Amino acid sequence: MSYGASLITHLWPLVLFLVLVIGLISLMLAGPYFLGSRRNARATGEPYECGIVPVGSAQYHVPIPFYLFAIFFVIFDLEAVFLFAWAVAVRETGWAGFIEALVFIVILLVALLYLWRLGALDWRTFRQKRDRASVLLR
Amino acid sequence: MSSITANILNVVGILVFVVASAAMLTWVERRMLGIWQERYGPNRVGPFGILQVAADMIKLLMKEDWVPPFADRFVFVVAPTIAMFVVVAAYAVIPMAPGIGVIDLNIGLLFFLAMTSLSAYSVMFGAYASDNKYALLGGLRAAAQMLSYEVFLGLSLMGVVMLAGTFNLREIVLAQQEQWFVIPQFLAMLLFFIAGIAESHRTPFDLPEAEHELTAGFHTEYSGMKFGMFFIGEYVSVLLTASMMVVLFFGGWLGPVLPPLVWFLLKTSILVLLMILIRGALPRPRYDQLMAFGWKVMLPLAMINLVVTGVLVLV
Repeated sequence: MSYGASLITHLWPLVLFLVLVIGLISLMLAGPYFLGSRRNARATGEPYECGIVPVGSAQYHVPIPFYLFAIFFVIFDLEAVFLFAWAVAVRETGWAGFIEALVFIVILLVALLYLWRLGALDWRTFRQKRDRASVLLR
Repeated sequence: MSSITANILNVVGILVFVVASAAMLTWVERRMLGIWQERYGPNRVGPFGILQVAADMIKLLMKEDWVPPFADRFVFVVAPTIAMFVVVAAYAVIPMAPGIGVIDLNIGLLFFLAMTSLSAYSVMFGAYASDNKYALLGGLRAAAQMLSYEVFLGLSLMGVVMLAGTFNLREIVLAQQEQWFVIPQFLAMLLFFIAGIAESHRTPFDLPEAEHELTAGFHTEYSGMKFGMFFIGEYVSVLLTASMMVVLFFGGWLGPVLPPLVWFLLKTSILVLLMILIRGALPRPRYDQLMAFGWKVMLPLAMINLVVTGVLVLV
Protein backbone atom coordinates (compact mmCIF):
# COMPACT_ATOMS: atom_id res chain seq x y z
CA MET A 1 0.00 0.00 0.00
CA SER A 2 1.42 3.39 -0.95
CA TYR A 3 2.06 6.12 1.59
CA GLY A 4 -0.90 8.18 0.37
CA ALA A 5 -3.29 5.24 0.55
CA SER A 6 -2.19 4.32 4.08
CA LEU A 7 -2.62 7.95 5.08
CA ILE A 8 -6.20 7.89 3.80
CA THR A 9 -7.06 4.63 5.58
CA HIS A 10 -5.65 6.04 8.81
CA LEU A 11 -6.96 9.59 8.65
CA TRP A 12 -10.41 9.25 7.11
CA PRO A 13 -12.32 9.40 10.44
CA LEU A 14 -10.68 12.75 11.19
CA VAL A 15 -11.53 14.07 7.73
CA LEU A 16 -15.11 12.83 8.08
CA PHE A 17 -15.36 14.50 11.49
CA LEU A 18 -14.09 17.83 10.15
CA VAL A 19 -16.46 17.66 7.17
CA LEU A 20 -19.38 16.97 9.52
CA VAL A 21 -18.38 19.91 11.73
CA ILE A 22 -18.27 22.20 8.69
CA GLY A 23 -21.65 20.83 7.60
CA LEU A 24 -23.16 21.54 11.02
CA ILE A 25 -21.77 25.07 11.03
CA SER A 26 -23.15 25.72 7.53
CA LEU A 27 -26.56 24.55 8.74
CA MET A 28 -26.34 26.90 11.71
CA LEU A 29 -25.43 29.77 9.40
CA ALA A 30 -28.02 28.94 6.76
CA GLY A 31 -30.90 28.24 9.18
CA PRO A 32 -31.54 31.79 10.38
CA TYR A 33 -31.25 33.10 6.81
CA PHE A 34 -34.46 31.26 5.96
CA LEU A 35 -36.15 31.22 9.37
CA GLY A 36 -35.21 34.63 10.71
CA SER A 37 -37.40 37.69 10.70
CA ARG A 38 -36.37 40.80 8.81
CA ARG A 39 -36.84 44.29 10.16
CA ASN A 40 -35.50 47.63 9.13
CA ALA A 41 -35.95 50.38 11.66
CA ARG A 42 -34.30 53.78 11.78
CA ALA A 43 -31.28 52.71 13.87
CA THR A 44 -30.85 49.17 12.52
CA GLY A 45 -27.76 49.99 10.51
CA GLU A 46 -25.88 51.89 13.20
CA PRO A 47 -22.99 50.56 15.29
CA TYR A 48 -23.96 49.69 18.86
CA GLU A 49 -22.52 52.14 21.31
CA CYS A 50 -24.82 51.71 24.29
CA GLY A 51 -27.60 53.74 22.76
CA ILE A 52 -25.79 56.99 22.06
CA VAL A 53 -25.17 58.27 18.54
CA PRO A 54 -21.86 56.82 17.28
CA VAL A 55 -19.02 59.31 17.37
CA GLY A 56 -15.96 59.16 15.13
CA SER A 57 -14.38 56.20 13.45
CA ALA A 58 -13.83 52.75 14.96
CA GLN A 59 -10.47 52.51 13.19
CA TYR A 60 -8.31 54.18 15.76
CA HIS A 61 -4.66 53.76 16.66
CA VAL A 62 -3.92 50.65 18.66
CA PRO A 63 -1.92 51.11 21.88
CA ILE A 64 1.72 50.06 21.44
CA PRO A 65 1.85 47.39 24.22
CA PHE A 66 -0.37 45.14 22.11
CA TYR A 67 2.28 45.05 19.36
CA LEU A 68 4.99 44.40 21.93
CA PHE A 69 3.12 41.44 23.35
CA ALA A 70 2.49 40.05 19.88
CA ILE A 71 6.25 40.10 19.26
CA PHE A 72 7.02 38.53 22.66
CA PHE A 73 4.54 35.81 21.82
CA VAL A 74 6.28 35.06 18.53
CA ILE A 75 9.68 34.89 20.23
CA PHE A 76 8.67 32.86 23.26
CA ASP A 77 6.29 30.49 21.52
CA LEU A 78 8.87 29.75 18.83
CA GLU A 79 11.36 28.91 21.54
CA ALA A 80 8.76 26.81 23.34
CA VAL A 81 8.49 24.69 20.18
CA PHE A 82 12.18 23.76 20.53
CA LEU A 83 11.43 22.67 24.08
CA PHE A 84 8.52 20.52 22.81
CA ALA A 85 11.02 18.61 20.68
CA TRP A 86 13.30 18.13 23.68
CA ALA A 87 10.45 17.09 26.01
CA VAL A 88 9.37 14.17 23.86
CA ALA A 89 12.95 12.89 23.53
CA VAL A 90 14.17 13.65 27.03
CA ARG A 91 15.09 10.02 27.83
CA GLU A 92 16.94 9.49 24.54
CA THR A 93 19.02 12.64 24.81
CA GLY A 94 19.95 12.00 28.45
CA TRP A 95 22.01 14.38 30.59
CA ALA A 96 23.82 15.95 27.62
CA GLY A 97 20.46 16.97 26.16
CA PHE A 98 19.29 18.14 29.56
CA ILE A 99 22.25 20.49 30.00
CA GLU A 100 21.73 21.96 26.56
CA ALA A 101 18.01 22.45 27.25
CA LEU A 102 18.88 23.98 30.62
CA VAL A 103 21.17 26.52 28.95
CA PHE A 104 18.37 27.32 26.53
CA ILE A 105 15.78 27.73 29.31
CA VAL A 106 18.13 29.91 31.34
CA ILE A 107 18.69 32.16 28.33
CA LEU A 108 14.89 32.39 27.94
CA LEU A 109 14.48 33.30 31.60
CA VAL A 110 17.24 35.90 31.39
CA ALA A 111 15.58 37.38 28.31
CA LEU A 112 12.27 37.52 30.20
CA LEU A 113 13.98 39.17 33.17
CA TYR A 114 15.60 41.69 30.82
CA LEU A 115 12.23 42.58 29.30
CA TRP A 116 10.78 42.86 32.79
CA ARG A 117 13.52 45.23 33.99
CA LEU A 118 13.26 47.23 30.79
CA GLY A 119 9.60 47.87 31.61
CA ALA A 120 8.34 46.17 28.44
CA LEU A 121 5.87 44.08 30.45
CA ASP A 122 4.47 47.17 32.13
CA TRP A 123 1.04 48.23 30.89
CA ARG A 124 0.91 51.54 32.73
CA THR A 125 1.15 54.76 30.79
CA PHE A 126 3.89 57.26 31.49
CA ARG A 127 1.58 59.31 33.68
CA GLN A 128 0.43 56.33 35.70
CA LYS A 129 4.05 55.34 36.30
CA ARG A 130 4.84 58.83 37.54
CA ASP A 131 1.79 59.15 39.76
CA ARG A 132 1.70 55.75 41.38
CA ALA A 133 5.03 54.54 42.63
CA SER A 134 3.95 51.16 43.90
CA VAL A 135 1.47 48.88 42.18
CA LEU A 136 0.86 45.20 42.74
CA LEU A 137 3.16 42.97 40.65
CA ARG A 138 5.22 45.80 39.30
CA MET B 1 -19.26 -4.90 13.85
CA SER B 2 -16.69 -3.92 11.25
CA SER B 3 -14.17 -1.24 12.04
CA ILE B 4 -15.63 1.14 9.46
CA THR B 5 -19.06 1.09 11.11
CA ALA B 6 -17.42 1.53 14.50
CA ASN B 7 -15.46 4.50 13.20
CA ILE B 8 -18.53 6.16 11.72
CA LEU B 9 -20.46 5.61 14.95
CA ASN B 10 -17.57 7.16 16.86
CA VAL B 11 -17.38 10.20 14.59
CA VAL B 12 -21.11 10.90 14.63
CA GLY B 13 -21.50 10.02 18.30
CA ILE B 14 -18.72 12.31 19.47
CA LEU B 15 -19.89 15.20 17.34
CA VAL B 16 -23.41 14.87 18.74
CA PHE B 17 -22.03 14.46 22.27
CA VAL B 18 -19.83 17.56 22.04
CA VAL B 19 -22.44 19.87 20.54
CA ALA B 20 -25.29 18.57 22.72
CA SER B 21 -23.33 18.75 25.96
CA ALA B 22 -22.06 22.24 25.10
CA ALA B 23 -25.65 23.32 24.56
CA MET B 24 -26.69 21.65 27.82
CA LEU B 25 -23.80 23.38 29.62
CA THR B 26 -25.39 26.76 28.89
CA TRP B 27 -28.31 25.61 31.04
CA VAL B 28 -26.17 23.80 33.64
CA GLU B 29 -24.02 26.88 34.12
CA ARG B 30 -26.94 29.29 34.61
CA ARG B 31 -28.71 26.84 36.89
CA MET B 32 -25.64 26.10 39.02
CA LEU B 33 -24.69 29.77 39.24
CA GLY B 34 -28.23 30.42 40.37
CA ILE B 35 -28.04 27.76 43.05
CA TRP B 36 -24.66 28.98 44.30
CA GLN B 37 -25.95 32.52 44.44
CA GLU B 38 -29.10 31.50 46.31
CA ARG B 39 -31.60 32.04 43.54
CA TYR B 40 -33.32 29.63 41.17
CA GLY B 41 -31.79 30.19 37.76
CA PRO B 42 -33.79 29.16 34.65
CA ASN B 43 -36.46 26.75 35.97
CA ARG B 44 -39.54 27.49 33.86
CA VAL B 45 -39.19 25.54 30.59
CA GLY B 46 -39.74 21.83 31.21
CA PRO B 47 -38.79 19.94 34.39
CA PHE B 48 -36.10 21.89 36.28
CA GLY B 49 -35.86 24.18 33.27
CA ILE B 50 -34.06 21.48 31.31
CA LEU B 51 -35.77 22.45 28.05
CA GLN B 52 -34.36 25.96 28.32
CA VAL B 53 -31.72 24.84 25.83
CA ALA B 54 -34.35 23.99 23.23
CA ALA B 55 -36.13 27.28 23.82
CA ASP B 56 -32.88 29.22 23.42
CA MET B 57 -32.04 27.31 20.25
CA ILE B 58 -35.41 28.11 18.69
CA LYS B 59 -35.06 31.74 19.70
CA LEU B 60 -31.61 32.04 18.16
CA LEU B 61 -32.72 30.33 14.95
CA MET B 62 -35.67 32.69 14.53
CA LYS B 63 -33.58 35.82 15.03
CA GLU B 64 -32.79 38.03 12.10
CA ASP B 65 -29.69 36.96 10.16
CA TRP B 66 -28.18 40.40 10.45
CA VAL B 67 -24.80 41.51 9.18
CA PRO B 68 -24.04 45.16 9.96
CA PRO B 69 -23.94 47.25 6.77
CA PHE B 70 -20.68 48.86 7.95
CA ALA B 71 -19.00 45.48 8.58
CA ASP B 72 -16.77 43.40 6.35
CA ARG B 73 -19.36 40.78 5.39
CA PHE B 74 -17.10 37.84 4.59
CA VAL B 75 -14.80 38.12 7.61
CA PHE B 76 -17.78 38.86 9.84
CA VAL B 77 -19.27 35.45 8.96
CA VAL B 78 -15.93 33.62 9.01
CA ALA B 79 -15.10 34.68 12.59
CA PRO B 80 -17.81 32.68 14.44
CA THR B 81 -17.19 29.77 12.07
CA ILE B 82 -13.57 29.63 13.20
CA ALA B 83 -14.59 30.04 16.85
CA MET B 84 -16.78 26.98 16.72
CA PHE B 85 -14.80 24.89 14.23
CA VAL B 86 -11.44 24.89 16.00
CA VAL B 87 -12.72 23.83 19.42
CA VAL B 88 -14.94 21.06 18.07
CA ALA B 89 -12.13 19.91 15.77
CA ALA B 90 -9.72 19.79 18.70
CA TYR B 91 -12.08 17.35 20.39
CA ALA B 92 -11.26 14.80 17.66
CA VAL B 93 -8.04 13.75 19.40
CA ILE B 94 -9.53 13.26 22.89
CA PRO B 95 -9.55 9.56 23.78
CA MET B 96 -12.72 9.07 25.82
CA ALA B 97 -12.40 5.33 26.48
CA PRO B 98 -10.72 2.33 24.84
CA GLY B 99 -12.18 2.22 21.33
CA ILE B 100 -14.04 5.52 21.74
CA GLY B 101 -12.43 8.53 20.11
CA VAL B 102 -12.44 9.97 16.61
CA ILE B 103 -8.81 9.38 15.80
CA ASP B 104 -5.65 8.21 17.48
CA LEU B 105 -3.02 10.67 16.27
CA ASN B 106 0.65 10.33 17.20
CA ILE B 107 0.77 14.11 17.43
CA GLY B 108 -2.52 14.37 19.31
CA LEU B 109 -1.27 16.89 21.85
CA LEU B 110 0.27 19.09 19.15
CA PHE B 111 -3.00 18.94 17.20
CA PHE B 112 -4.82 20.17 20.30
CA LEU B 113 -2.35 23.02 20.81
CA ALA B 114 -2.55 24.00 17.14
CA MET B 115 -6.34 24.12 17.18
CA THR B 116 -6.55 26.16 20.38
CA SER B 117 -4.02 28.63 18.95
CA LEU B 118 -6.20 29.17 15.91
CA SER B 119 -9.07 30.41 18.06
CA ALA B 120 -7.16 33.69 18.50
CA TYR B 121 -8.05 34.40 14.85
CA SER B 122 -11.77 34.19 15.56
CA VAL B 123 -11.68 37.01 18.10
CA MET B 124 -9.40 39.20 15.97
CA PHE B 125 -11.45 38.67 12.80
CA GLY B 126 -14.68 39.23 14.69
CA ALA B 127 -13.34 42.42 16.23
CA TYR B 128 -11.88 43.93 13.08
CA ALA B 129 -14.78 42.96 10.83
CA SER B 130 -17.34 44.49 13.21
CA ASP B 131 -15.94 48.00 12.81
CA ASN B 132 -17.18 48.88 16.28
CA LYS B 133 -15.13 50.55 19.01
CA TYR B 134 -16.10 48.16 21.78
CA ALA B 135 -15.50 45.18 19.54
CA LEU B 136 -12.03 46.35 18.57
CA LEU B 137 -11.04 47.03 22.19
CA GLY B 138 -12.36 43.66 23.28
CA GLY B 139 -10.72 41.89 20.38
CA LEU B 140 -7.34 43.46 21.07
CA ARG B 141 -7.55 42.50 24.71
CA ALA B 142 -8.66 38.99 23.87
CA ALA B 143 -5.89 38.48 21.34
CA ALA B 144 -3.14 39.76 23.64
CA GLN B 145 -4.48 37.68 26.52
CA MET B 146 -4.81 34.50 24.48
CA LEU B 147 -1.34 34.87 23.00
CA SER B 148 0.22 35.48 26.41
CA TYR B 149 -1.45 32.53 28.08
CA GLU B 150 -0.78 30.24 25.15
CA VAL B 151 2.98 30.34 25.67
CA PHE B 152 2.81 28.57 28.99
CA LEU B 153 -0.26 26.53 28.07
CA GLY B 154 2.06 24.55 25.81
CA LEU B 155 5.05 24.63 28.14
CA SER B 156 3.06 23.40 31.15
CA LEU B 157 2.04 20.26 29.23
CA MET B 158 5.62 19.31 28.40
CA GLY B 159 6.16 17.88 31.89
CA VAL B 160 3.47 15.30 31.13
CA VAL B 161 5.05 14.61 27.74
CA MET B 162 8.40 13.99 29.44
CA LEU B 163 6.90 11.50 31.89
CA ALA B 164 4.93 9.67 29.21
CA GLY B 165 7.52 10.07 26.44
CA THR B 166 4.90 10.63 23.73
CA PHE B 167 2.49 13.15 22.22
CA ASN B 168 -0.11 10.42 21.70
CA LEU B 169 -2.98 11.11 24.12
CA ARG B 170 -4.07 7.47 24.33
CA GLU B 171 -0.57 6.41 25.34
CA ILE B 172 -0.43 9.27 27.84
CA VAL B 173 -3.55 7.88 29.53
CA LEU B 174 -2.10 4.35 29.55
CA ALA B 175 1.12 5.68 31.10
CA GLN B 176 -0.93 6.74 34.14
CA GLN B 177 -1.95 3.24 35.20
CA GLU B 178 0.40 3.26 38.19
CA GLN B 179 -0.04 6.88 39.21
CA TRP B 180 -2.06 9.78 37.86
CA PHE B 181 0.16 12.56 36.51
CA VAL B 182 -1.58 15.05 38.79
CA ILE B 183 0.69 13.89 41.63
CA PRO B 184 4.13 14.48 40.06
CA GLN B 185 2.82 17.35 37.90
CA PHE B 186 0.55 19.21 40.31
CA LEU B 187 2.05 22.59 39.44
CA ALA B 188 1.66 21.90 35.72
CA MET B 189 -1.97 20.95 36.35
CA LEU B 190 -2.64 24.31 38.00
CA LEU B 191 -0.82 26.17 35.22
CA PHE B 192 -2.78 24.34 32.54
CA PHE B 193 -6.08 24.89 34.34
CA ILE B 194 -5.48 28.63 34.60
CA ALA B 195 -4.26 28.85 31.03
CA GLY B 196 -7.26 26.83 29.87
CA ILE B 197 -9.69 29.20 31.59
CA ALA B 198 -7.84 32.17 30.07
CA GLU B 199 -7.87 30.60 26.60
CA SER B 200 -11.62 30.15 26.71
CA HIS B 201 -11.80 33.67 28.20
CA ARG B 202 -14.10 32.89 31.09
CA THR B 203 -14.30 34.62 34.43
CA PRO B 204 -11.94 35.56 36.09
CA PHE B 205 -10.16 36.01 32.75
CA ASP B 206 -13.12 37.35 30.79
CA LEU B 207 -11.80 40.88 30.39
CA PRO B 208 -12.23 40.72 26.60
CA GLU B 209 -15.97 40.64 27.18
CA ALA B 210 -16.21 42.46 30.50
CA GLU B 211 -19.75 43.76 30.18
CA HIS B 212 -19.45 46.73 32.49
CA GLU B 213 -16.79 48.40 30.34
CA LEU B 214 -16.96 46.81 26.88
CA THR B 215 -20.62 45.69 26.57
CA ALA B 216 -19.91 42.31 24.94
CA GLY B 217 -16.35 42.80 23.76
CA PHE B 218 -15.44 41.32 20.40
CA HIS B 219 -18.95 39.99 19.71
CA THR B 220 -20.80 43.25 20.44
CA GLU B 221 -22.19 43.44 16.89
CA TYR B 222 -23.09 39.76 16.66
CA SER B 223 -26.64 38.56 17.10
CA GLY B 224 -28.74 35.49 16.47
CA MET B 225 -27.02 32.25 15.59
CA LYS B 226 -23.66 33.89 14.86
CA PHE B 227 -23.57 35.03 18.46
CA GLY B 228 -24.80 31.54 19.38
CA MET B 229 -21.76 30.04 17.67
CA PHE B 230 -19.37 32.17 19.74
CA PHE B 231 -21.39 31.17 22.78
CA ILE B 232 -21.38 27.44 22.04
CA GLY B 233 -17.71 27.68 21.07
CA GLU B 234 -16.99 29.00 24.54
CA TYR B 235 -18.78 26.08 26.19
CA VAL B 236 -17.12 23.52 23.93
CA SER B 237 -13.87 25.13 24.95
CA VAL B 238 -14.77 24.64 28.63
CA LEU B 239 -15.57 21.01 27.92
CA LEU B 240 -12.34 20.65 25.96
CA THR B 241 -10.22 22.09 28.74
CA ALA B 242 -11.86 19.80 31.29
CA SER B 243 -11.47 16.73 29.06
CA MET B 244 -7.85 17.58 28.31
CA MET B 245 -7.13 17.89 32.05
CA VAL B 246 -8.75 14.52 32.67
CA VAL B 247 -6.72 12.90 29.90
CA LEU B 248 -3.40 14.47 30.85
CA PHE B 249 -3.53 14.64 34.64
CA PHE B 250 -6.42 12.61 36.04
CA GLY B 251 -5.89 9.27 34.34
CA GLY B 252 -8.46 9.63 31.53
CA TRP B 253 -10.84 6.69 31.57
CA LEU B 254 -8.85 4.73 34.20
CA GLY B 255 -10.67 3.84 37.41
CA PRO B 256 -12.00 0.83 39.31
CA VAL B 257 -15.39 -0.94 39.02
CA LEU B 258 -17.31 1.47 36.78
CA PRO B 259 -17.00 1.27 32.96
CA PRO B 260 -14.22 3.44 31.44
CA LEU B 261 -16.57 5.87 29.66
CA VAL B 262 -18.45 6.56 32.90
CA TRP B 263 -15.19 7.37 34.67
CA PHE B 264 -14.18 9.76 31.91
CA LEU B 265 -17.53 11.56 31.94
CA LEU B 266 -17.60 11.69 35.73
CA LYS B 267 -14.15 13.27 36.01
CA THR B 268 -14.93 15.69 33.18
CA SER B 269 -18.19 16.80 34.79
CA ILE B 270 -16.48 17.45 38.11
CA LEU B 271 -13.91 19.69 36.42
CA VAL B 272 -16.57 21.50 34.40
CA LEU B 273 -18.51 22.16 37.59
CA LEU B 274 -15.31 23.43 39.20
CA MET B 275 -14.87 25.89 36.34
CA ILE B 276 -18.45 27.10 36.81
CA LEU B 277 -17.88 27.42 40.55
CA ILE B 278 -14.79 29.54 39.85
CA ARG B 279 -16.93 31.79 37.69
CA GLY B 280 -19.42 32.11 40.51
CA ALA B 281 -16.78 32.80 43.15
CA LEU B 282 -14.02 35.00 41.74
CA PRO B 283 -13.99 38.66 40.66
CA ARG B 284 -12.14 39.97 37.61
CA PRO B 285 -8.61 41.30 37.94
CA ARG B 286 -7.49 44.47 36.18
CA TYR B 287 -6.12 43.97 32.67
CA ASP B 288 -2.52 44.89 33.46
CA GLN B 289 -2.64 42.57 36.49
CA LEU B 290 -3.84 39.76 34.26
CA MET B 291 -1.04 40.24 31.76
CA ALA B 292 1.59 40.69 34.47
CA PHE B 293 0.41 37.50 36.16
CA GLY B 294 0.81 35.58 32.92
CA TRP B 295 4.27 36.81 31.99
CA LYS B 296 5.87 37.39 35.36
CA VAL B 297 4.50 34.46 37.38
CA MET B 298 3.12 31.72 35.17
CA LEU B 299 5.74 31.67 32.41
CA PRO B 300 8.77 31.39 34.73
CA LEU B 301 6.93 28.77 36.79
CA ALA B 302 6.24 26.72 33.65
CA MET B 303 9.91 26.84 32.67
CA ILE B 304 11.09 25.88 36.16
CA ASN B 305 8.59 23.03 36.21
CA LEU B 306 10.10 21.84 32.93
CA VAL B 307 13.63 21.82 34.35
CA VAL B 308 12.63 20.06 37.59
CA THR B 309 10.66 17.44 35.69
CA GLY B 310 13.64 16.89 33.41
CA VAL B 311 15.86 16.20 36.43
CA LEU B 312 13.30 13.85 37.98
CA VAL B 313 12.83 11.90 34.74
CA LEU B 314 16.58 11.46 34.19
CA VAL B 315 17.59 10.59 37.77
